[in-house]
Amino acid sequence: MNKIFLIVKREYLTRVKKKSFLITTFVFPLLMASVWIIPFWLATQPSEERIIEVVDEDGIFESHYNERSNIKFVHSDLPLEVAKIHFIEEGYSGLLYIPELDLDDPKGITFWSKQAEGYEVQGTIESILENEIERIKLKMAGIDSGILDKSKTDISLETKNFDGNNEKESNTATATWLSIILAFIIYFIIFLYGAQVMRGVVEEKTSRIVEVIISSVKPFQLMLGKILGIAGVAFTQLLLWIILTFGFGALFINLSGEGQKQAVTHQIQDQPTSMEENSMMLKAIQSIETIDFPLILGMFAIYFIGGYLLYSSLFAAIGSAVDSETDSQQFMLPITIPLAISFAVISAIIREPHGALAFWMSMIPLTSPVVMTMRLPFDVPAWQLLLSTCFLIAGFLFTTWFAGRIYRVGILMYGKKVNYKELMRWFFLKL
Amino acid sequence: MEILKTIELTKSYSSHKALDKVSIEIPQQSIYGLLGPNGAGKTTFIRIITQIFEADGGEIFFNGEKLSSKHILDMGYMPEERGLYKKMKVGEQLIYLAQLRGMKYAEALKRLKYWFKKFDIGAWWNKNVEDLSKGMQQKVQFIATVLHQPSLIILDEPFSGFDPINANLVKDEILRLRDEGSTIIFSTHRMESVEELCDSIALINKSRKILDGKTKAIRSAYRSNTFIVETDRFLPVLPEAFEILEIESKVDHPVRTVVKIKEGSSNHLVSSILNDVQIFSLNEKVPTINEIFISKVTEPIEERVAVAG
Repeated sequence: MNKIFLIVKREYLTRVKKKSFLITTFVFPLLMASVWIIPFWLATQPSEERIIEVVDEDGIFESHYNERSNIKFVHSDLPLEVAKIHFIEEGYSGLLYIPELDLDDPKGITFWSKQAEGYEVQGTIESILENEIERIKLKMAGIDSGILDKSKTDISLETKNFDGNNEKESNTATATWLSIILAFIIYFIIFLYGAQVMRGVVEEKTSRIVEVIISSVKPFQLMLGKILGIAGVAFTQLLLWIILTFGFGALFINLSGEGQKQAVTHQIQDQPTSMEENSMMLKAIQSIETIDFPLILGMFAIYFIGGYLLYSSLFAAIGSAVDSETDSQQFMLPITIPLAISFAVISAIIREPHGALAFWMSMIPLTSPVVMTMRLPFDVPAWQLLLSTCFLIAGFLFTTWFAGRIYRVGILMYGKKVNYKELMRWFFLKL
Repeated sequence: MEILKTIELTKSYSSHKALDKVSIEIPQQSIYGLLGPNGAGKTTFIRIITQIFEADGGEIFFNGEKLSSKHILDMGYMPEERGLYKKMKVGEQLIYLAQLRGMKYAEALKRLKYWFKKFDIGAWWNKNVEDLSKGMQQKVQFIATVLHQPSLIILDEPFSGFDPINANLVKDEILRLRDEGSTIIFSTHRMESVEELCDSIALINKSRKILDGKTKAIRSAYRSNTFIVETDRFLPVLPEAFEILEIESKVDHPVRTVVKIKEGSSNHLVSSILNDVQIFSLNEKVPTINEIFISKVTEPIEERVAVAG
């Protein structure tokens, strides 16, 4: 036992002290934080004020000159051809020309600009004109605009869970996002750190130190020590990532302070979105509280550990069978297929979190780490969690034992072209 | 008592038999040569002693006790194909390897400082192994093998890849370690490299032990009363008691004649040529282990002659 601990310590320390570890530890949260933060930050930036000259022969634009904060419309009495020169001379961003309109088929509205303006300007102009024309048409049809405003209804569905006994708030959108993120993390980590185990095994073979070590410890102790040591590295990295992501995020929000709240309100006001979308966003923010974080994080940890143990032992066996990393390709494929499949079915699982596909894939130990994690935010029944966990534990105990028998032979074999038949021979070999 | 004793050790792999009832006794505080061609079974034997493999049959005793996992702590092993973690620092790595052999950290540190001073390699402590030259790595490898002060040190093809200076360094250290109480087993197919060092040897061929015992005794047993005499000119005709086996004559070299004495002693040989030639040197031709080995393996296998020391 003491020897395994020595090995775990070495495997852990040598990797944690590496520069590459520190770099990935800081880079990833930075990336994650910026994915969330930068859009907000951009929204807080006062966007360039644009001034658009308007030649309005129809008179339709009259009431809308000061509607937007960052796009100012300036009325022009000039004839069109003169205005075209004028707006450039004045340095305006563009010229909007509205001819006499046939309300049934409004055509000929043109926008000139020195440089191509983005969607925001175009969308704003279009939405102003659409709304206005709609209003006019309705008025002509005899509908008062006041009545129209009153008739606008905003419906948002309150979703609740009911399993016969308990009622709970439920919310699909947040669950979906959480599901994707968690599943991705598990998939990514198992792959990344499983591969590290394999690389470590191959390194010991090629540097020829393995025989020196296994005259001091049993091969199984070496394999286990390596797997656990690298698990420690994965855990440390994950922990640091979570802390740093929230750290960067909180830091950023504090720096911008009030600016953030303003940005959110600006975004809601300025964009041509409907009120429905706004309330959905607010609901999403509120609904995060309803998610059972302790349970989800707990199960996430279990599947993370179980999945890693299962796959890393298989990676160790592969590493022992080859003499260099390039040779490992042929064996990597069958191992990575179940992992890849479990992530590929994510849309099917999210659509039917309790269907047959979801159920079976969250029971089979090869796919359950990723698939069950996907299902977690959708309230998986406790008995399923229990059953799946038992299978997973049995799974990694089996793969560790199985891999161990291949590993103990493989580490001393060099130069032989290895195929599956050979691996099975190693499994049965009495050493 | 012997530090190591095997009784009818047997090991087979699925395809062939690697060891066939090999019984060997290795005296304490000696340098023991395990000699034989490649594929004879030496490495398998060593891997069983170091408990990497398990024997199919036979027994092993270490200091009188049945071999068990605790004895690992008292053995050092340098395999034929050897190496170190390339990207790990020298000092840190050597301590780690010693700890795996049961040495405590503080003790390992102390011993390491001693070896670093002895080999004068203090500057390497914080270097990665891959930053050292091959010769330096060899020294580090050797220290790794003996740092935990084992009673039994096993070196498989010890001098392969060693340059002459480092080989000498290691030879001196081996002799010193032996004088301080350790036992060393050399395993090699290059018998000439170790026969001067070994107190006792065992010859292994095709999974069997064909000969073992004290080196001196074995060489004596294979003495054939043959002498090499170097003279200024060709020898005269010799009496019947002397048989000339070989004559070698090179320009600017003394004439070298190999004479087998069938009756009498070397003194008689001298007196019979004294008046005719000038004698530069007279030496007994002692067979090398290599020659003994070749003569043994060309004997029929059934005749296994064990010469006790």
